[in-house]
Amino acid sequence: MKELTKKAYELRKDVIEMIYRSKAGHIGGDLSVMDILTVLYFKVMNVSPENFKEDTRDRFILSKGHCADALYIVLGEKGFFDKQEAIETFSAYQSKFIGHPNTEVNGVEINSGSLGHGLSLGVGMSLAAKMDQKKYRTYVVLGDGEMAEGSNYEAMMAASQYGLDNLCATVDLNGLQISGTTKEVMSTDSLADKFASFGWHVIEVEDGNDCKQLVKAYEEAKICKGKPSVVLAHTIKGKGVSYMENQKGWHHGVMTKEQYEQAVKEIEEVLS
Amino acid sequence: MNQITNRQAINDTLVKAAKEDKDIVVVCSDSRGSASLGPFANEFPKQFVEMGIAEQNLVTVSAGLAAAGKKVFAASPACFLSTRSYEQAKVDVAYSETNVTLIGISGGVSYGALGMTHYSCQDIAAMAALPGMRVYLPSDRFQTEKLMEALLQDNKPAYVRVSRSATEDVYDENIKFELNKASLVCEGDDVAIITCGELVPYAKEAAKLLKEEGIHATVLDMYCIKPLDQEAVLSVSKKVKCILTVEEHSPFGGLGSMVSQLISAKHPMKVVNLALPDGHIIGGSNKEIFSYYGLDAKGIADSAKRTLTNQ
Ligand SMILES: Cc1ncc(C[n+]2csc(CCOP(=O)(O)OP(=O)(O)O)c2C)c(N)n1
Ligand SMILES: [Mg+2]
Repeated sequence: MKELTKKAYELRKDVIEMIYRSKAGHIGGDLSVMDILTVLYFKVMNVSPENFKEDTRDRFILSKGHCADALYIVLGEKGFFDKQEAIETFSAYQSKFIGHPNTEVNGVEINSGSLGHGLSLGVGMSLAAKMDQKKYRTYVVLGDGEMAEGSNYEAMMAASQYGLDNLCATVDLNGLQISGTTKEVMSTDSLADKFASFGWHVIEVEDGNDCKQLVKAYEEAKICKGKPSVVLAHTIKGKGVSYMENQKGWHHGVMTKEQYEQAVKEIEEVLS
Repeated sequence: MNQITNRQAINDTLVKAAKEDKDIVVVCSDSRGSASLGPFANEFPKQFVEMGIAEQNLVTVSAGLAAAGKKVFAASPACFLSTRSYEQAKVDVAYSETNVTLIGISGGVSYGALGMTHYSCQDIAAMAALPGMRVYLPSDRFQTEKLMEALLQDNKPAYVRVSRSATEDVYDENIKFELNKASLVCEGDDVAIITCGELVPYAKEAAKLLKEEGIHATVLDMYCIKPLDQEAVLSVSKKVKCILTVEEHSPFGGLGSMVSQLISAKHPMKVVNLALPDGHIIGGSNKEIFSYYGLDAKGIADSAKRTLTNQ
């Protein structure tokens, strides 16, 4: 088993524990985005606890901020803080590990949680990099339900107007949101055409839970010049836990003890 | 312990009314579950519009529907509905006086550990500042039902905020309700506690705690923040030594500000405002947050005593 894939599954186990303990969090979207976060933080981006104060670091924005749970686990694994503390105090009284990324947590670039802000923030950061002639890149991860927010299209326009080739968006295309499929709630079909018509370089990743395919996509984004890139990652919501996969009920479901044990067992089977 | 939430009371009232009135339309933004409006959506699919995660569109589409003759109820988390869509509420609902009732669900700190993005502690200030917008924070399920029935009868803009969890009953089936008239929960001549929404049961409990110490409190349920029931505030103010306002909101521009404004102009006396802080609010369940900031029964009782003794 490849190293990144292994890591993504180990981190899935952590996030499952965190959510089981806290009875909070957004497990479905955590599991769909875990491979994306793992590839970005452990392969693609130049960001670490060592360089986090330096302005050369790559910038990361979790626009689908409800998946803070997954981000905290990845940042903990990266060494930004004690991962166990995050697992034990997530969503607890007075904990800084609240349900959306906030900058009290070391490693979080900027606050999020209200959908439809991340891409505009990313445009701002990418513009600043251009102004200052800095080489850092900005990565934004969005949900497909989130793509209904009109602000995203304003940001898409601005990013291409200013030729922000230092900006790379990823859409976690898991096909689900809270009330059902994105198709029935507000279709985000043909996102590829939408981004392309706004002047973006579009990279489709057939299996957005496949680390190898993701790495290849981000390499392609890095060498694309003159326009922003978007990685459209076709993922499975709840990926790795059979009874959660593609089920709308697991957007923010709470596991019973039996369900928790089953989930851990399934992840361990993949790891062994 | 009552289990029926105010949002469920809203759903039930709308379901009942929609059986007769085909002009009632409910609009949601991937929020039907959190609004408890799933049953409405299932029973009246032709009177339900899903906008996806697009709150600005939600509000202005609602205004368009209303301008074309529909009676619209737009339900979305209070945090996004009130400030994300503020321009839309200002121009297309309040200014154009469209028949839209904005239903802000999971108001205040209902979302507990989801943090600042999900708290709506500016909504009263924001909405009350819009000319033509009425602002209501009903306390329990009985009052919520009466309020919704009243709003179904008129065609003017309104903003209604309800909490996520069920609140203890303040009233019962025989509740007396008049639109825009505050409700006296209990009477006492030492201190008046003026509050609204899900804090009313806490204030009622605080009055009991105070009574044990020989302090007599009036509790006024000001579910109608705008138009503020001035008569009720002034009449209460004349019977007590001081006033404590209590609200699940920022300290600025909410119930406290409005009561203080009225009292300073018409009947100057001591008014203390108890609210959430002007800063980052801690995470935790809403009950934990209330007790941390002294908005639970004991905290309210303590503040009332301090107000009385000039501490
Ligand atoms: C502006 C805004 N509106 C509504 C919400 C509430 N909300 C949180 S997650 C979610 C669904 C998100 O679906 P999607 O973007 O597809 O995320 P994923 O499937 O990856 O979890 C909604 C409506 C929010 N956080 N922000
Ligand atoms: Mg999705």
